[in-house]
This record gives sequence, C-alpha cells and structure tokens, in this order.
Amino acid sequence: MKAYALPSMSLRFVPVWRRNLLVWRKLAGASILGNLADPLIYVLGLGYGLGSMLPQVGGVPYIAFLAAGMVCSSTMNAATFEAMYSAFSRMHVQRTWDAIMNAPLDLDDVVLAELAWAASKSVLSGAAILAVVWLLGLSHSLLSLWVLALVPLVGLVFGALALVVTAMARSYDFFTYYFTLVITPMNLLCGVFFPVEQLPAAFQAIAAFLPLTHAVAIARPLLLGQIPPDAVLHALVLLAYAAAGFYAATVLFRRRLLK
Amino acid sequence: MAVLAVSKLRKVYGGEEVVAGVSFAIAPGECFGLLGPNGAGKTTTLRLCLGLIEPDGGSVELMQRPVPGEARPARVRVGVVPQMDNLDPDFTVEENLLVYGRYFKIPERSIRERIPRLLEFAGLAARAASSIQTLSGGMKRRLTLARALINDPDLIFMDEPTTGLDPQARHLIWERLKQLLAQGKTIVLTTHFMEEAERLCARLAIMDRGRFITEGSPRELIARHIEPHVVEVHGDEVVEWTDEARGLATRVERSGDTAFCYAADPAQLLASLSRRALRYLHRPADLEDVFLKLTGRELRD
Repeated sequence: MKAYALPSMSLRFVPVWRRNLLVWRKLAGASILGNLADPLIYVLGLGYGLGSMLPQVGGVPYIAFLAAGMVCSSTMNAATFEAMYSAFSRMHVQRTWDAIMNAPLDLDDVVLAELAWAASKSVLSGAAILAVVWLLGLSHSLLSLWVLALVPLVGLVFGALALVVTAMARSYDFFTYYFTLVITPMNLLCGVFFPVEQLPAAFQAIAAFLPLTHAVAIARPLLLGQIPPDAVLHALVLLAYAAAGFYAATVLFRRRLLK
Repeated sequence: MAVLAVSKLRKVYGGEEVVAGVSFAIAPGECFGLLGPNGAGKTTTLRLCLGLIEPDGGSVELMQRPVPGEARPARVRVGVVPQMDNLDPDFTVEENLLVYGRYFKIPERSIRERIPRLLEFAGLAARAASSIQTLSGGMKRRLTLARALINDPDLIFMDEPTTGLDPQARHLIWERLKQLLAQGKTIVLTTHFMEEAERLCARLAIMDRGRFITEGSPRELIARHIEPHVVEVHGDEVVEWTDEARGLATRVERSGDTAFCYAADPAQLLASLSRRALRYLHRPADLEDVFLKLTGRELRD
C-alpha cells in the first residue's frame, strides 16, 4: 500500500466500531457523566449566572445564545478526547490495533473505525446537550431538530483532526499542546460564549477559518428557529475539514505503523 | 503446495538490513522454528510474512496469495499469537474471543458455538466470565492462543509463545501445540528456547543479523555443526586446566569459570578430569550448543 493512497473505505470497520461500543457499554456510567456534566455545568452556570447580569445577547437571552454554542463545543470536546486519549491507548498502550491487524483487517479499516467511533460518541454528547436545551425550553422550533444532523458532521471534523494529532503523538503529554494551542482558542474565538463580532477584526479573520465557527453558524440559528444563512457553505467547510483531516491522519498512521 | 513461501526477503531500517535476503518454504502440517538471538530479525520476518509491513525486496506468498498485496484475504486462514499480550483488558475471557471472531466476519452463532470448545482447549472453561486482569501470565497466553484459533486457521504464527512463563505453563502450551500439529495445523514459531524448538519443530532455521545461518532438523543441525560430546567444567581451577583441555578436545570455550569442551571422543578429557577436583558434567551435544557456536556467546540486547 502506498502511504499517500486515498483511504480505503469499507464496512470492515464495523466490527471494530462494535468493539468500542462494547467497551463503552461496560464503562458507560463514568463516560456519560463526563460527557454530560461538564457542558451542563457551563450552560447552567454561565447561562443563568452570567446571563442574569447581561442584557440579551444576539437578540436572545444569554442562556439560549450559549446553549447553541455548547452543543457544538461539547460535541467537539467529546470527539477530540475520544480520538486522542482513547485512540492512543488502543493504538499504543493496549496494542489493540496490532491485534486487530492480525485479523483480516488493515490499518485503513482501523482508522476509519476510530473516526466513526469518535463521531458516534460525540453525537451522544451533542444530542444530550440538545435534549437539555429542549427540556429547559430554550428552543421551541422544529428547525432545531436539524442540529441532530449537524452534530455527527461536527464529530467527524474534530475526530479527524484529533486523529492527526494522535498519529504524531509519542505520549499522552503531546495532547496538551493541541488542547492549549487549538481547542481552547477555538472555544473562545468561534462564537461559543459570545458573538464573533465582539472580537477585534484580526481575530475575526482567524475565526472565519476555524471549523467550530462554521458549526456554530449553523447550530445557533437552527436552535433559535431561523434558517441559517449560507448553511450549505458552512457545511461544505466542515466537510472539507473532515475529509482533509481523515486523509492526513490515515497517511500519518500508515507512515508510523506500516514501516 | 507451500502454505508459506518466502523468497529473498529484505527489510531495511535506517540503513541496516534487519532482514537480509531470507528464503524458505513451509509445507502444510509442518512445525517450523525460527531461532535467533534478540534482534536477529525474527519478529520482522513474521511481520513481513503477515503483510503488516512492506518489504524492501523479495516476495512472500501466504496461503498461495501474494503478500502484502493480498495480505488481508490471506489472513482469513491464519492465526497469530503475538509476542506481546494484546488482549482487550476491558473484556472478559469470553468477550475477547467473541469480539475477535467478529473481525473475521464469522457469524455470531458460530463464534458462540466455538467459544466453549476453545476455552476447554485452553484450560479456561471455568474462567469464561473472568476479567482479563484476574488472569495469570500463563492463562493470558493460553487465551491468546485460543483467540488465534477462533477462525480455525490452517497456519498459526507464534512469536515466542512461552517467553516469561513458568515451566508448568510452558509444558501445557507445548502439549497444546502438539495437539494442533496432530490435527494437521501448520505452525511457524519463533523462540530462543532451544528445548522448545527441539520438542516441537521438525525443521528449524537459526537466524542472525537478518540471515538464515543454518537450516534443518534439530538432529541434523547438531550432527552438522557440533561434536557429539560436551563436557562442562566448573570451578576456580578451570582457567589453568583449560590449557590442558585444549589438547584433549576438538574445541574449548570458556565463559567465566566454566569451560565447555566439545569432543568426538571424550575419554581423554574425562581421564584428565578424574585426576582433578573439578566439578564437571558430561552430556550429549544439543541445539543450544549449536546455537551458541553459530551466534556466539556475547550478549545481544
């Protein structure tokens, strides 16, 4: 196999995905708590606490504004964690990938399974926040159901980008760089907590290139009952990030593991 | 028809030829042993045979399929017991087999039918629901062997299957491997236990620095490379006695305060020893003597 060939996409990844599902089912308690509690505390704490001091933000109560951002942000975080820490321990620490590749599966199947799994887990996270949004009555529009279609795409984007980092990681410490240099700025620049328009022009220009901006740009209008302007364009940007990340990750994993 | 045919296989890492032109073929039902010191290239050879890495030269045919091109379908009929444990630590014994069976697209029902038999074979029938963390090293190895059999393979690769096991666990594994051979399975194993190779392998190759330096049955190798009698002499006086021994044996090697004397006829050696207070052991030459002669006594790390 040539290192730069396009990833082979095959349903062979399904048994590997099911393996991860089985592990998750055994450890679901801690996992659900971790994926849900954190973003919920943000939504409720910042939403009600900070929100009570603010006039409306973007024409809506702050908590409704924030909720849309948190759906995207928690989806991003869940996919990132899974595709970095968990994938790395399967690849490097537990040698699960080695065991799988002794069966009639190859590295491309394993990488695709990791991506699909990271996206699946992030869907759970995003959908849970969405459910809370509905329960709290922060969104009344049927349009908000479309967010369920957006969440998997966001999961694919950040799962793929995180896999690129995992492919280069020598130890868990390496992931700190990505969180500090990429994920945290993304959370602050991309309109999760406040409108991007509040930022200086230079930062706005950077934000325009970041994938989370495009996710929020679709999610927020939907939750507020509006059809998002330029939705197709934003979705295409996300698709491009997912595809480029997946390709780069596959190439890097091949160069790392098939030597 | 060979189940594995390797020709002029080469693999280079950082300018060093880790596998340097290796050729061999394995017939169905055979047990082939790959011996060599650490870093000889055994594991790399296995990985090349499985199509897990790309060779820099030569060719591999596994189950009559070119590898790595058709490695994936070839591995459908192959089982692997890797050197390092990679069982799923979050699963029970049974779940490990179930999940692994799915990788081969074996129908769920067939997998569940096979599991009790495999656990019986591995001596783990009572541990089906145990978590992996509670298993001993020997049990983990046996489970890894059971996992490698989930697809009922024709050919089984085993990379140092008994390294790190106590004698009881080792003997049990050997006994199971003999059963598999009796069922007509083919086994390729790497090891640096000479006893293991002598017991199991009809044919073996000694590998060093990426090359096969000799090949044949254990008896042939002993007959070809080494004098039939070995006298091992221990004690403080060994150093001075060694000079005398050199005239009496075909070959004398000294390692610390032990001298290894190799001879076709040991009578003179034994006579000399009977006049001194040295401890000694007179034994027939074995595979380990061949191995040490061909690969040297210095450490390999």
